[in-house]
Amino acid sequence: MQAVSQNDAELIQRILAGEGGLFHELIRPYEKMVYVTLFAMLRNEAEAEDGAQDVMINAFRHLKSFRGESKFSTWLVTIAMNEGRRRLRKAKSAAEDSIETSLEEREGDFTPAFLTDWREIPSEALERKELRGKLREAVDRLPTIYREVFVLRDLEELNQEETAAALEITVGTVKVRLHRARIMLQKSLVPYLKQNAPARKGFFGRMFQ
Amino acid sequence: MKLPCKQVWGHISEYLDKDLDVELLVDLEKHLENCEVCSAILDSTRNVLVLTADQRTYELPVGYSDRLHEKLEHAIRDIRNIESEDRSG
Repeated sequence: MQAVSQNDAELIQRILAGEGGLFHELIRPYEKMVYVTLFAMLRNEAEAEDGAQDVMINAFRHLKSFRGESKFSTWLVTIAMNEGRRRLRKAKSAAEDSIETSLEEREGDFTPAFLTDWREIPSEALERKELRGKLREAVDRLPTIYREVFVLRDLEELNQEETAAALEITVGTVKVRLHRARIMLQKSLVPYLKQNAPARKGFFGRMFQ
Repeated sequence: MKLPCKQVWGHISEYLDKDLDVELLVDLEKHLENCEVCSAILDSTRNVLVLTADQRTYELPVGYSDRLHEKLEHAIRDIRNIESEDRSG
């Protein structure tokens, strides 16, 4: 795991030595990351903002326990993920949780959606506000166990080991869940991608090589 | 060895993470060169990730930062006051 950056380490040292005001400077680069993690988990702006404030206050309170072996951002996003999980637990019934856990065992249908052809240039697709909204909705619909891995890996760009540590699962489980999450998202988004080429005769015949 | 499509789909995520053995990688790339279906699936999955990483996909509520720092300001002051009270006994 990557260690804390020198700049963050210096700020942390000074904050712990009494310059509490510097905490504002320390967290500024990471405040969006914390909010987005919570928003993607909780699917509610007000809850996410409230949660982000709690995360930062908790981080200040427990700054002494930050060992500097990981990046400060990883430490912070782990606190955010735990806060998200705590708030979700509070809101959800135990029954729902057990349904989600059993998903893992299931030999589910995690096959991607076929598309006839996707000739849309990615940069053009990115300009489509509608598509970004559809992606957020698709992330919202992911079962929690997949959503949390997707949020840490693809949204916050933690590596496999950092994600595994944050969620207290194995790297192998991270890989499986991430694969499933990505495929589920691909499946949700395909209907909204511009597919220029109509399905050709014999297309399905060629589908399985 | 020729890979069947179904097996390719099972490795899409690892392919995107460049987390495959060289041997499998070679077979997979050979398959992708010749299979429109799998390469379209790969492209669309890759673009899900590009879209996710786009700064505009998740935006902050207006005034979020100001409210956060204001709340922190108070919290830091309170925590410091409690700490100094504790020290003075």
